[in-house]
Amino acid sequence: MSKKLLDILMDRFGASVILDTHSHVGDDTAIVAPAQWRDVALFLRDDPRCKMNMLADLCGVDHIGQTPRLEVVAHLNSLELGHRLRIKTRIGDEDCSNAVVASLVPVWSGADWFERETFDMFGIRFEGHPDLRRILLYEEFVGHPLRKDYPAAKTQPLVPYREGEDVLDKLEPFGADEGMSFGRKHLDYVKEES
Amino acid sequence: MEPLDLEVDESSLELPSDPMQLLMGPSHPAMHGTVRIVLDLSGETILKADVQIGYLHRGFEKSCERGTWNQVFPYVDRCNYSSPMLNNVGYALAVEKLCGLQVPERCQYYRVIMGELARIADHLVCNAAMGMELGAFTPFLWWCRAREMIYDIFEEETGARVTHSFARVGGMAHPPTPHFKAAIRAALPHVLAANAEGVSLLQNNRIFMDRTMGVSPISAEDAVALGWTGPCLRSAGVAYDIRKAHPYLVYDRFDFDVPVGTKGDNYDRFMVRVEEIAQSARIVEQALEQMPDDGPINISDPRFVFPEKSEVYTTIESTIRHFKIVMEGIPVPKGEAYGYTEAANGELGFYIVSDGSGTPYRVRIRPPSFALVGGLSKLVTGQMIPDIIPTFGSLNMIGGECDH
Repeated sequence: MSKKLLDILMDRFGASVILDTHSHVGDDTAIVAPAQWRDVALFLRDDPRCKMNMLADLCGVDHIGQTPRLEVVAHLNSLELGHRLRIKTRIGDEDCSNAVVASLVPVWSGADWFERETFDMFGIRFEGHPDLRRILLYEEFVGHPLRKDYPAAKTQPLVPYREGEDVLDKLEPFGADEGMSFGRKHLDYVKEES
Repeated sequence: MEPLDLEVDESSLELPSDPMQLLMGPSHPAMHGTVRIVLDLSGETILKADVQIGYLHRGFEKSCERGTWNQVFPYVDRCNYSSPMLNNVGYALAVEKLCGLQVPERCQYYRVIMGELARIADHLVCNAAMGMELGAFTPFLWWCRAREMIYDIFEEETGARVTHSFARVGGMAHPPTPHFKAAIRAALPHVLAANAEGVSLLQNNRIFMDRTMGVSPISAEDAVALGWTGPCLRSAGVAYDIRKAHPYLVYDRFDFDVPVGTKGDNYDRFMVRVEEIAQSARIVEQALEQMPDDGPINISDPRFVFPEKSEVYTTIESTIRHFKIVMEGIPVPKGEAYGYTEAANGELGFYIVSDGSGTPYRVRIRPPSFALVGGLSKLVTGQMIPDIIPTFGSLNMIGGECDH
């Protein structure tokens, strides 16, 4: 069943659109060319052999140091046929410019908030999204926090921290190293701001 | 003195016809302190609702990229504070999927039982809060007392009422206590009785029915397109339950039904949860029968599971093993996996990417509430302001997971 799904995709679109496929740990995955992102999604939704009627999840991944750098990952689900598929596409240059991909809102209306979140966290623009603005963070926020070059300990308080010795609330949070003695700090792309 | 009831020609009065904007929340009691809805109103009718979330955003996914794989467990606890055990198990299963691990049978039953108890507690609280927001305080108190009985079991087993951090990659933190089965068998009838008592107060209650029946209905197609899962999807008539459709752990060994609604309105969502409590109790009873009384809880692979404390203090091999797991983390192979389980609100997915080091490269949570609240604006448009309260309550928005 599952192998068939990737074959159907490959037959329909060919190797110029379906760049790669794998079924690692049982998750069928197709890597799609960004220009055909929405076409592939529409086909998967409407084809009677696929019937992917639910977008389970859509998120981004930052592969820093690679070009294209940003990855959009969507997990699809067919309630009727009981199969699942992951489709991915890579976009954006080294500095995350030109990270634009077609929106999936016309295909699945549930993509609305997931794409807003991905825009908020990674700065990926979804062309054709009806209302692309930040969702979890506030409008004044600068940057996109889930990118690997955004320092994890950086804070951008809307209300400035108070100064003084006996102020109990709204103090600056712990330093960058607090409670995190290991992790990705050794990698050069995580430069903490002091 | 002029008469007060002055004759006024009403046709000459100009009534305001512009839509009024009303900000509801985030510090509105029914918004749970974490959601703001910007309403455009015509009279009391909602023309447009802009649901704004993010007030509880804590950077969960970013934090995960800075610790080891096992250090994520306390974070997932706090993503759903109503049923943290289900989140624990869901995350553990996702990492185990990528590692190719299968926990021993006794542990699988243990996870099922603890998870179903958490589901009962979650549904009780959701229904209780929904009733309370409509003025029915008595069921709230009764159901919280029932939930407390479940929390007592959790406290006995894990040491914590709410944030257990109890699952581990490759097993659980501790084996079941000796009186584990007896405690559940003693408590479960009381929980079910309290549930039935509360339901009897609401089920045929005129006020409750008027506020929920036919309010904010959703069609099956819309619910699927919005990515709804769990009780809210089933209330629209779609019998989709991951425990049945893609069985994980030992769910294929139990006999249980998937309750569905017909209209997808608030009352259906309430009743689906009521029925699911009974079904979860059935699963717990069967699992208690089938669960072996002894046997290992954790897998035996020394790269994943801590050695016994007594050995850590006495042998150098175990000391090194302990040290390596704490300092370097567990060896999760390079790759990606999407683990999905049926949490209390629907499909809880963890998409994890590993670069082969002891630290997650990316942990993505797919919170069921996020998709549900994404559909809230569609649900309440065209309804009245008071309809927001039961609609929001019946979606069971959990701020922690919705806002990541």
